[in-house]
Amino acid sequence: MKKWLRNWRLVSLVSAMALLLAGCGKPFLSTLQPAGEVADMQYKLMLLSTAIMVIVIAVVTIIFLYVVTRFRRRKGEENKIPKQVEGSHTLEIIWTVIPIILLIILAVPTVLYTFKLADVKPMNKKERDVVVVNVRANLYWWEFEYPDYGIITSQDLVVPTGERVYFNLKASDVKHSFWIPAVGGKMDTNTDNTNQFFLTFDDKRAEEAGRLFYGKCAELCGPSHALMDFKVKALPRGEFDQWVEKMKNAKPVASTDPVVKQGEEIFNKSCIGCHAVTPVDGRPEQARLAPNLGNFADRERIAGILEHNEENLKAWLKDPEKIKPGNKMTGTYPALSDEELEALTKYLMTLSVQ
Amino acid sequence: MSTLARKKGVGAVIWDYLTTVDHKKIAILYLIAGGIFFLLGGLEAMIIRIQLAVPNNDFISAGFYNEVLTMHGTTMIFLAAMPLVFAMMNAVVPIQIGARDVAFPFLNALGFWLFFFGGVFLNLSWFLGGAPDAGWTSYASLSLASPTHGIDFYVLGLQISGFGTLIGGINFLVTIINMRAPGMTYMRMPMFTWATFVTSALILFAFPPLTVGLIFMMMDRLFGGNFFDPALGGNTIIWEHLFWIFGHPEVYILVLPAFGIFSEIFATFSRKRLFGYSSMVFATVLIGFLGFMVWAHHMFTVGMGPIANAIFAVATMAIAVPTGIKIFNWLFTMWGGSIRFTTPMMYAVAFIPSFVIGGVTGVMNATAAADYQYHDSYFVVAHFHYVIVGGVVFALLAGAHYWWPKMFGKMLDEKLGKVTFWLFFIGFHLTFFIQHFLGLMGMPRRVFTFLPGQGFETGNMISTIGAFFMAAGTIVLLANVVITTVKGKRVGNDPWEDGRTLEWAVSSPAPEYNFAQTPLVRGLDAYWIEKMEGKKGLTPAEPLGDIHMPNPSILPFVISLGLFVAAFGFLFHNDHAWGTPVGVVGLLITLGAMFFRSIIDDHGFHIHKEEVMEAEKKGAGA
Repeated sequence: MKKWLRNWRLVSLVSAMALLLAGCGKPFLSTLQPAGEVADMQYKLMLLSTAIMVIVIAVVTIIFLYVVTRFRRRKGEENKIPKQVEGSHTLEIIWTVIPIILLIILAVPTVLYTFKLADVKPMNKKERDVVVVNVRANLYWWEFEYPDYGIITSQDLVVPTGERVYFNLKASDVKHSFWIPAVGGKMDTNTDNTNQFFLTFDDKRAEEAGRLFYGKCAELCGPSHALMDFKVKALPRGEFDQWVEKMKNAKPVASTDPVVKQGEEIFNKSCIGCHAVTPVDGRPEQARLAPNLGNFADRERIAGILEHNEENLKAWLKDPEKIKPGNKMTGTYPALSDEELEALTKYLMTLSVQ
Repeated sequence: MSTLARKKGVGAVIWDYLTTVDHKKIAILYLIAGGIFFLLGGLEAMIIRIQLAVPNNDFISAGFYNEVLTMHGTTMIFLAAMPLVFAMMNAVVPIQIGARDVAFPFLNALGFWLFFFGGVFLNLSWFLGGAPDAGWTSYASLSLASPTHGIDFYVLGLQISGFGTLIGGINFLVTIINMRAPGMTYMRMPMFTWATFVTSALILFAFPPLTVGLIFMMMDRLFGGNFFDPALGGNTIIWEHLFWIFGHPEVYILVLPAFGIFSEIFATFSRKRLFGYSSMVFATVLIGFLGFMVWAHHMFTVGMGPIANAIFAVATMAIAVPTGIKIFNWLFTMWGGSIRFTTPMMYAVAFIPSFVIGGVTGVMNATAAADYQYHDSYFVVAHFHYVIVGGVVFALLAGAHYWWPKMFGKMLDEKLGKVTFWLFFIGFHLTFFIQHFLGLMGMPRRVFTFLPGQGFETGNMISTIGAFFMAAGTIVLLANVVITTVKGKRVGNDPWEDGRTLEWAVSSPAPEYNFAQTPLVRGLDAYWIEKMEGKKGLTPAEPLGDIHMPNPSILPFVISLGLFVAAFGFLFHNDHAWGTPVGVVGLLITLGAMFFRSIIDDHGFHIHKEEVMEAEKKGAGA
């Protein structure tokens, strides 16, 4: 009976907190509105640990308030000498043992989940049938390579919902960290080795979040660390497969528009050394110095942060330093006239696989 | 040669402080220097909060923001909190154990000047091409990529000040082991002395790994080394391990003295002996020990694998147990006591709920699987500010108010003290509580700005408003210091009237020799025992006699100055031809001063019995 009561209290505390916290933040970004298996586990741990900690805080606060009100020195007590108590073994044992029990309650699921979240065996099988994405973090952009499909994209990660998606993570210049708060976090992209982990994107909750999650760099990496965002499109498996097919078969479309043609010429002269324009790019990663633009026109943001329109694209091409200080594109190409900007923009906006 | 009660000119006072080896004057030096760096770090914090008040703010640039955030962290930890802790230790510990000075007064001065020159060196980076910009943790790949000399200032400045800290730590270890008055057994030592003892041991083991890391990085950046270059067989993760093997114990190096300060204050103003003294000692030692077992919880997302993560998670949780013991012991020290709410006691009382919040979020961070979400988010920023401000800074403010009369002979104004307290307390919670939620809502830390539309606006604005409250509190504190210095009244030995430990048995400030006669300690809270038996002073353990004192010396200053010059030379040795020669000259200055120190026989001097008697009479009359 008593045990039931205690459980009931814990459960009601947890659900009250869940209600309270769910009001926090945006569904596409907040860890408090988890949208997949990994974030769910982490959220459960958060709630459990918060519940235990709220109990601890409550106990301390009650004793604390009692003590500071009850035992304050009152008028006429100036010469009172309280009894000099040495301590109490019983009390000391109580406040040693109870915290140990509370910590064990917390430690068991922690260890369990830590091992669960590290299970990347399926991606390392010879014959794998899971989606694997190679994430490469760069100052200040993200490359997403799908080794099993032979396609590469940048800035916008596209993933299927309802299954575990596995990631190989590394950095090409300095250390970054790969974080999609609403779906689960987080793992560093080191310069020394490749890390592996998985995330799951729940279809229903992705739908509720507009099928677009925000991703962040979570490790200080230089001036524009704060602007190293990426986006995640979470699509049902069927749509994802279609997207992969389109990416695989994307071919540059020969445009008849003279402005676009001019833009292509400028691109081929100044940009193609770093940027590829087809999602199938056989070059080694060391040669892939800048984001793949194969499906540029389908992207959600310019430079990962600005609304995706021609005006912002022009602003970026004109002076990238102003938008992302410390980026590696500034100064690698000659200054562009307004006409050239217009042409280049028009050309880039034709790079679509849709 | 005694400097007792002699009026001096400004020049003579400055010279006195440059050459002093007296722990009480060194405490004042630490307090002033640490205080100035605290204001500097606070100014940097204000710049950070102004920049983050609204989305897309352009108050400062992205690159400058990274310099400010790096210097805020580095300054607050190494140049403000550490020296202020040392100020308290120096001011109090030798007197608390009934000693006339620390074991190595010369080294004590050397420790201060090394810290001071290291700190000045680090801050000169602002004027010489840019401050370090890779965060106070200075992770290797980013710090090696940093184009300015900022990181070089960081590695050299921290090496110099780190030596100072290490020397200070060793000095206190030896002092506490060897210099205790007769009867002052280990289990009769005041809690602050115990905390200093364990902290010094932590310094001894924690600073060498940092020094190793800094030397590796110095080699890589200035002398063509490749310790952290993966392309040449180096590894950047090693830096993270070295840094955190230092960095985590560092947290306890700061917070254990804070616990010690609060233990003294709770007992004094509850008029009760510390509840569960032996378990407090045990908990302090255990925290110190466990503090070395948990560093990798700063690295859960590095990819160490589930086994390491699980072990470090459970080890980290274990620290909550001794910390919890302490919290309850403090509560039960007040239980049944007669609590007087002085300014120091206000901080101590406010510390309990504040620090408990920081402690429980620490346990939350320890749950590795969930920490993948917290790590490097504003949740962590909130957590460690709750620990460091709610624990360490509260303690330093409390300690400053508590021991101010012992250090300067005048009481800080209690009214202004309470104004400072309330402004600081409200501002602190306003600034940092909301940051827990910002982190959970997906805001990474160390961002120079944030975009609108992500739900971060309100939280950041509240946080910035809170920061202004803290700034206002600090300004009131400064005014209080000035007013007290100008107008404050002289006080006697035991101005709080409820002093329990030996420092309250000597005059305020303590005479140069601390105790005319070394006291006999008859139990925990030695002075309280004497008071309860109706005695005015302490029971002496020796007859009145001549007192042997160390001579002042300018050499600690010169040794440190030499390293300061050398660091400049080597920092610029790749850019300018004068670099290496200047570096060598600097080292020669240091080595030369050390040589003189070795060959000059310095026997110190004696304060004669008659002078002591005269001084004691004056002290009693004041």
